[in-house]
Amino acid sequence: MTEIREYNHERAGSQPSNDWPAYNSTIKRHPLRQPVALKQTLTEITGPTFTSGWAGPDAVDLTKQHKGDPIGERMILAGRVLDEDGRPVANTLVEIWQANAAGRYCHPNDQHDAPLDPNFTGRGQIVTNAKGEYRFISIIPGAYPWRNTYNAWRAQHVHFSVFGPAFATRIITQMYFPGDPLLEFDPIYNSVPDEAARKRLISRYDPNLSEAEWALGYRFDIVLRGRHATPVGL
Amino acid sequence: MDAKLIPTGTQTAGPYLHIGLMRPEWSDLTGGGKAKGDKIVLQGRVIDGDGAPLPDAIVEIWQANAAGKYEHPEDRQDKPLDPHFRGFGRSCTDKDGVYRFATVKPGAVPGRGNALQAPHIAVSIAARGLLHHLFTRVYFTGESLNASDPVLSSIEDPALQKTLIATPDGKADGATVWRFDIVLQGKGETVFFDF
Repeated sequence: MTEIREYNHERAGSQPSNDWPAYNSTIKRHPLRQPVALKQTLTEITGPTFTSGWAGPDAVDLTKQHKGDPIGERMILAGRVLDEDGRPVANTLVEIWQANAAGRYCHPNDQHDAPLDPNFTGRGQIVTNAKGEYRFISIIPGAYPWRNTYNAWRAQHVHFSVFGPAFATRIITQMYFPGDPLLEFDPIYNSVPDEAARKRLISRYDPNLSEAEWALGYRFDIVLRGRHATPVGL
Repeated sequence: MDAKLIPTGTQTAGPYLHIGLMRPEWSDLTGGGKAKGDKIVLQGRVIDGDGAPLPDAIVEIWQANAAGKYEHPEDRQDKPLDPHFRGFGRSCTDKDGVYRFATVKPGAVPGRGNALQAPHIAVSIAARGLLHHLFTRVYFTGESLNASDPVLSSIEDPALQKTLIATPDGKADGATVWRFDIVLQGKGETVFFDF
């Protein structure tokens, strides 16, 4: 008989609701009906694997993708992908993207009046190692205005996309910086209901990760859903 | 039983997701047409509550190969893998809100209670304005297993069920085009799943 081990349901308070009008773009995009509960099957507990190198080579140094060095404070951004039980999630794809030091994205739709940096695209990817670790070199992204409300500014952030072992574990999120005064006013950050869960989105300055005379170190661990201990028969 | 760590909350992919996530080559799951099985194009529009297309959404799919086998270590079925078939795809919508995949019709895979699941494709949608990605499934019109599929038949309202069933829409390069629109809100709102 085929058996599967289900993934935990998302813990109450740890995830935002799409019905969150403080972030204007949700208003016409969030479903009005509640999602239908689906019992996980082989479809949900499987997902793409990245051991074959299928996703292409790692691109971990965002400061060396052009002729010169980008402007900004250099940072080492490192952490682990874990499950809820603290087990490392190895061989999974982590993709990041971010604004430059002036708070401008290398994207045609970003019309913010801040300079583009010819030496910065702001894209990286890595497949985690056996310990679930990743490590990027980048620059600290700037804050930028957005038109959600009058004079609104996004807190500084780096976008993360992570797969994990199954379709059920896939997440897209954003990482923030400690002490950012804009966090208090950022409706995207504040969409996560639980305070402790919100704080999980804030990276930690780590002096041991910093490299003398060279780069600041920020640590950010990503926790994906864990699994039930006992398998269920299909 | 209590897990120790709080899971990371999701956040919107935002309007500039293309910088990090655009991979046009990932919309072809067939290795340039070499995969075994019934070649199909899966395409549709992603639409908001005003009926306006989303030019900035990302659609990802996960499916079994033509034999009904997932390329994953936990699929222990005695069925062949296809070296030319990748079960995962990604497509960013264009200015008209259209996503498009070249793939194959998946085979049936086991479901709960020893039931066979009808051929289906798992879908995830992320975009500006979605703080959490949405999950849905694509089924195919005319599949005999649809009637007994445990997930489809758990949705009693035929109008809602219909939102999960792709319809044939002509041919492109010899492949059947299957249309599957994703309506985020309001009239014809797609059924989304939580699992």
